[in-house]
Amino acid sequence: MLEFNVNVCKNCPTSDCLVKCQYMDVDKDTAREQMVKIYNGEDSFVLHDCVTCYACEEYCRRGNHPFYLITERREEKDILTTPRAITNQWVNIGEPTGKDRLGDVKERVLSLGFMPELLQLVRGRLFEDVMPSYLFGNDFFCHVVFIHFAKPSVIRERLPLVIDKYRNLGVKEVICMHDECYGAFASLAPAYGIEVPFTPIHYYEYLYGRLQALSDDIKPLNITAAYQRPCSARLSADKQHYVRDIMELIGVDLVHREYEDENALCCGEVMGWLHGYDLKDDLQKRNIDDMVESGADYCFFNCNACQNALSEKVAKRGIKPVHMIDLCRMAIGEKTEMEV
Amino acid sequence: MKHEDIIHRCFRCGYCKLTGDYDDFNCPAYRKFRFETYSPGGRMWLIRAWLNDELKTSPRFQEILFSCATCANCVKHCVFPFSDDLVNIFIAAREEMVNQGIIPPEVRDYFKNISISGNPYKEPAADRGKWAEETAIEPYNGQEYLFYVGDVGSYDDRAQKIARAVGEVLIKAGLSIGILANKENSDGNEVRALGETGLFEFLADQNIDLFKNRGIKKVITLDPHAFNAFKNDYPERGAEFEVYHYTQVLAPLLEANKLPLKAFSANVTYHDPCYLGRHNEEYEAPRAILQAIDGLELVEMQQNRENAFCCGGGGGNFFTDILGGGDDSPNRIRVRQALDTGAEILAVACPQCAGMLDDAVKVEKLEDRLEVLDVAEIVARALS
Amino acid sequence: MSDIVRSLADIVGEKYVSDQKEEAFFYSRDPGLMPARKPDYVVLPKTAEEVQAIVRFANKEKIPVVPMGASLSLTGLAIPLRGGIVVDMKRMNRIISVNEKSRYAVVEGGTSQGALKSYLLKNYPRLRHSLPDAPPAATIAANVMIHGQGRLSQQHGFNSDMINGFEVILPSGEICPIGSGSMTSEWFTRGAPFPDLSGLFLGWCGSTGIITKVAVRLYPNKKMRDVEIFITDDEEIVPEVVYEITHTEMAEDVLIFTQPLPSVFKDNHHVSFYITGDTEEELEFKRKVIWRALDPFIKSNDGGFMSIPPGVKGSLMEMPQTSAARIADIKKGGGFEYSGPVVPVEWYPQCARKLVELAEKYDLAYSGMIRIIAGGHCMMYAFAFTFNRADADMVERTKKALEEVSDFALEIGGLYWKPNVDEQNMAIERMHPNTRDLMRMVKSNLDPNGIMNPGNWEVV
Repeated sequence: MLEFNVNVCKNCPTSDCLVKCQYMDVDKDTAREQMVKIYNGEDSFVLHDCVTCYACEEYCRRGNHPFYLITERREEKDILTTPRAITNQWVNIGEPTGKDRLGDVKERVLSLGFMPELLQLVRGRLFEDVMPSYLFGNDFFCHVVFIHFAKPSVIRERLPLVIDKYRNLGVKEVICMHDECYGAFASLAPAYGIEVPFTPIHYYEYLYGRLQALSDDIKPLNITAAYQRPCSARLSADKQHYVRDIMELIGVDLVHREYEDENALCCGEVMGWLHGYDLKDDLQKRNIDDMVESGADYCFFNCNACQNALSEKVAKRGIKPVHMIDLCRMAIGEKTEMEV
Repeated sequence: MKHEDIIHRCFRCGYCKLTGDYDDFNCPAYRKFRFETYSPGGRMWLIRAWLNDELKTSPRFQEILFSCATCANCVKHCVFPFSDDLVNIFIAAREEMVNQGIIPPEVRDYFKNISISGNPYKEPAADRGKWAEETAIEPYNGQEYLFYVGDVGSYDDRAQKIARAVGEVLIKAGLSIGILANKENSDGNEVRALGETGLFEFLADQNIDLFKNRGIKKVITLDPHAFNAFKNDYPERGAEFEVYHYTQVLAPLLEANKLPLKAFSANVTYHDPCYLGRHNEEYEAPRAILQAIDGLELVEMQQNRENAFCCGGGGGNFFTDILGGGDDSPNRIRVRQALDTGAEILAVACPQCAGMLDDAVKVEKLEDRLEVLDVAEIVARALS
Repeated sequence: MSDIVRSLADIVGEKYVSDQKEEAFFYSRDPGLMPARKPDYVVLPKTAEEVQAIVRFANKEKIPVVPMGASLSLTGLAIPLRGGIVVDMKRMNRIISVNEKSRYAVVEGGTSQGALKSYLLKNYPRLRHSLPDAPPAATIAANVMIHGQGRLSQQHGFNSDMINGFEVILPSGEICPIGSGSMTSEWFTRGAPFPDLSGLFLGWCGSTGIITKVAVRLYPNKKMRDVEIFITDDEEIVPEVVYEITHTEMAEDVLIFTQPLPSVFKDNHHVSFYITGDTEEELEFKRKVIWRALDPFIKSNDGGFMSIPPGVKGSLMEMPQTSAARIADIKKGGGFEYSGPVVPVEWYPQCARKLVELAEKYDLAYSGMIRIIAGGHCMMYAFAFTFNRADADMVERTKKALEEVSDFALEIGGLYWKPNVDEQNMAIERMHPNTRDLMRMVKSNLDPNGIMNPGNWEVV
């Protein structure tokens, strides 16, 4: 059951959740009114026009979960956000298979979710204090993506089972290698009153700690870079500062650009599912134009899905795409596929 | 039979016969005989039929099985998950035939000569080190590296020249090497490839013990065939020594300027030996050596590296000659491919390839247009 | 050596004739499920003259002759139904010439798909031919002979539509150029504006002649290529989706697939389409046009564009797709066969339902593989099953499933593509009697001794 306090909305001085929305033009009073309607189970244009960027989860600083609420109401009203086929595809992709890959799992473990790219990324000295304690597979898929599909029922059904898997392994500290996993345990599960029997650690926090421990080996990269902030980062806004902290530590000039921090643009891939060509194209063009104008040599990614969506496009504009982990590895002198 | 559980999985689709870019057929036995039966897919289906009693063996069946040069083109290019085991399957089938005593006479003779003389040439074992007389190459006596020469390098006239060139170049480059000479035994790579597992195991164990007793920790081989056996088949029998093909040791020495090379002008094309290239993925060290020589222009054949066309000497064919004879014998095809590049030197890094390709140059009457030289022989020319 | 072997050896050379049981075993089969039928001899000619001599000899001795490419039809079209001589054409594998300006290549009767692809990439990178997804050892002439389809079929029709003529050895042993090559040395048209004689040979499975040379049309090869997949859970709308895509005239190839595994593909129909362009602008324009054409389906949530994982994209972009062969190992048994009737695109829903029904009935792993032909004028719907050939029961169930596909196709009025001999006979029986008589007339006049791949398209 989603914990939501509608009085917080009624008394909200800013209604930032919808006022700041990058996709809907909503004033404060309308925003408040619509949130109350949504809470009461009435129809609202928000339920139809919201593009599922997750940003309002960050914009609300008063402890409510506007996007999770929108998602709940959509499902109750059978309002589909994505074509059925795509939703079904993800339901099938996320089906637990019992075929996991477990390393030498200890109390402290790296969780790779079910993103195969992460298997290639978690190498080298940055991870030697925890590897080979890792886990990977469908059974560790956090299912947060289903808020894009307005199918929180799938999350409510499967996330507890995923958490049980962790519980049965006896892990106490889980370093979440995907932002969305962290969001599942630090934001979504608590919002639904689902107990999380371990401490989730955002991998940025982990990386920062490891870089500090290896600081003698850091050679400043002396490059400029733009950050592609994923939608899932909205669920862990309190960890956003690690982006700057890490960049400072490794000698990367994080370019100041229009679409950064709260104003970041998502990679657009989901927009393609929901709305077709034009919105996705517009988002990606604006985002990459912004990176180019800001003078970035590199674009670094947090999320592999964003990386798959945008790598080729940024590369065509003369910006080198790289994952955050690889950037950190380069800073301590390790060879990755990317060379500075 | 080993791998019997996967034989039925062959779809006879033909990817195994081709290069990676599908440019041409790249299975040496298929290129020569052109019946599908001589292709990897053909062998798979015939082996299965034989094991299922649908087919009895015959001289032709033996020829089909023993014509495989074990070049691993099929391993590289088959698109199925069991592709790694293709050559192993053919060797396993040969093993069965050896066990049943149904092998071609040339194969039987090869085993007999190894068993009795310790080499396939029926030459005295005592003469094994004679090739090194009047060279600076000394017997092994605790040097850093054992220079392991092998059967062909020890007894074949052409290959002996290569052995001398390699040994002398390595010494000039400052390496501490010694040879076992008449104490050296056959490495057994071809014995294993021809299916005589028992004899191979005997040879391997003999070598492993000998190396242990002599304190040999690092081995440089002349022949990629020996390199392959030492690197891939000996460890599971308890071998604990490092092994390198000589090009892998020579390339970094040249990079570090350990040899004063003069310019040597020539157009050279390089033939990747299957047991150095496809089997062990060493494509660059020999090329790095050639490219370190000023004036040498390296031109590639269309089929190079993992697409290199086998000279036809592997899998025991150097001794059994099942793939020999006719315009389409693999060595003759390869020499024509080399000629097409415009090169005047065909560089090799294997004494068996050298022998096969040298013979082909003669048969094709190309002696005045193409010279087959080992990489070390080319380096030796750039030294003098 | 028997007299016949001696005679054949005199034509092709001793080492290129075999009457040995090893060849008999292998050449009596193909990777599909048709029963084995042994050839008496296998020969490997190098020239058209040798093929002529073989055919003349066979006629004289009344021995059947069966031409063979790579024998990858899976429906046994190169298996000798009545023994005789299998003529393995693959030694005739030259690329004879390429006319860049008129965009055609002349190849021999045994030249492989892969060889032409590789040759063009190296020497004429702005040209390509319509490459099927069959393994690259498949021959061009055989693919043309059986009306195969390839990457350009969505735009230009069957691969047999994309030729400018050929040279054929008649059952009498005479050599006969078909197309403009009968009038000039240039191969620029298959028949029009003259009577198109190619129909006497194409589709006849080598039962009216042996192709020794074929002029293949070449098409622009653009620098860039990409793929998108539009998915829907509703088979009923697939024809509409295809209609909209083909209306844009922007797509290169349109391939649909539907299969239960891996799980990412379960329950959906995947309409994949390819776009090409020489510039980013061209490519992106085509992408945009097609995406926008499918907007209504997205708005109604009836379908959408899936994100393609990098590994899957790599596989989809291969030409030929190695996954088309690897499907044979899904049951770890090297078995794969399909029946692929050619039907109107509007019949997609019933075909899709039938596929699932048969797969469930016979407990088989399956894939529906569909290629759109000629802008949507028809499609080839392959009911594909993969089996373990070491599992006799699974083999039997697969055969039964395929027989039911044949029955179904006949029932709905589809035309079998590369029909096996049973399907040929079913088609003949169903055919209009006058059409049947015409076929009989053609065959009996061209091949009075009935030596050419007998048993195939035999109108009794």
